[in-house]
Amino acid sequence: MTTDTDPQRAEALRPWHEIVRDALKANDVRLITFVPDNVLRPLIEAVQADPFFTVFSTTREEEAVGIVSGAWMAGMRGIVLMQTSGFATLANVLASLAVPFQIPVMMMVSERGTLGEFNIGQALVARTMRPVLDCLAIEHHTLSRLDEVEFIVDRSIRQAVATQAPVTFILSPLLTGGKVFQK
Amino acid sequence: MSQTANTPLVRDQAKVMNRFDLISRMVKKLHRDEAVIGGIGYSNFDLWAAGRRPQNFYMLGSMGLAAPIALGVAIAQPERKTIALEGDGSILMQVGALATIAARKQKNLIVVILDNGAYQITGGQVAATGLGADIVAMARGAGIGQSMWAADESHFDELIDRALAEDGPWLIGCRIDTSKPVDTTERDPAQIRDRFMRGLGVKK
Repeated sequence: MTTDTDPQRAEALRPWHEIVRDALKANDVRLITFVPDNVLRPLIEAVQADPFFTVFSTTREEEAVGIVSGAWMAGMRGIVLMQTSGFATLANVLASLAVPFQIPVMMMVSERGTLGEFNIGQALVARTMRPVLDCLAIEHHTLSRLDEVEFIVDRSIRQAVATQAPVTFILSPLLTGGKVFQK
Repeated sequence: MSQTANTPLVRDQAKVMNRFDLISRMVKKLHRDEAVIGGIGYSNFDLWAAGRRPQNFYMLGSMGLAAPIALGVAIAQPERKTIALEGDGSILMQVGALATIAARKQKNLIVVILDNGAYQITGGQVAATGLGADIVAMARGAGIGQSMWAADESHFDELIDRALAEDGPWLIGCRIDTSKPVDTTERDPAQIRDRFMRGLGVKK
């Protein structure tokens, strides 16, 4: 029988953004660049509140990929936080910088366009994301269960670094609640 | 000499110079293993031609990202001066990066813009810069206060000296002619990245 004071149960109840923050920290991912998104807001606020991280927004997602690529080559690990529509602007930089130069760019995408989307543009552009990742053979994982977040993020960062290859984490509405239409 | 540096100068008043000559002048001044990010096309071809340095990174695509890549290097290694060498067409594609650099107040970052007013590598089609857009004015508007046109070669030398010695961020605009580059960069991305990381002391 478990109660809320049980350590295992308490761990399971931690919100996804705290688990992600701690996994980034444990793997020395210090640089966080982002283009804002409502679902990512608690993660952005969590890393902004911790002086371990250098956190700032960029004007475009492509610019953020350039910044974390430069930082990686100079010895600092970084991740780009964005929304699905922002990922859709990245095919060129991934194909001409991250993949051929073997730079482990880490990306976390808040998934719009599915499970209750209300904006047809988001629903359409979301369909380009996994095909682009697949055709560039970029490792990607969809985070939909709280109990899997720590394992997937931690192991995949290690793999990205060890294999010098980009990785993408897709935050499913099943995990985050997503964004819903409100009248 | 700082008088000339402070003289407001618009694009039309700057002398049209030679790309390879300017890059060679700049490279000769790099005595502290400064990092240089060469933007796509002729910018990095002439950086390559000006002499291989392990602290040079040569882009092979991702047009417009020389300044963001340089910003990332500068953040990771704040003691090392980092230079982005970028074309006018390229920076026009990622002009928001100027605002990000200004907001970061990145002291060790220098952006050098080589402006021939055209997309030369694709056949010389005129760019917005050739029709009146002034990158230095745009950079000032973005918040990079130390943005200026190089009036001529000796002024360029003076601006590079200042930018290497004093806190930035800096943006130095250079008008250039449409000469062909002296050489072509070897297109081996994994090797370029590996050499660069060793040049920055990240890999042993």
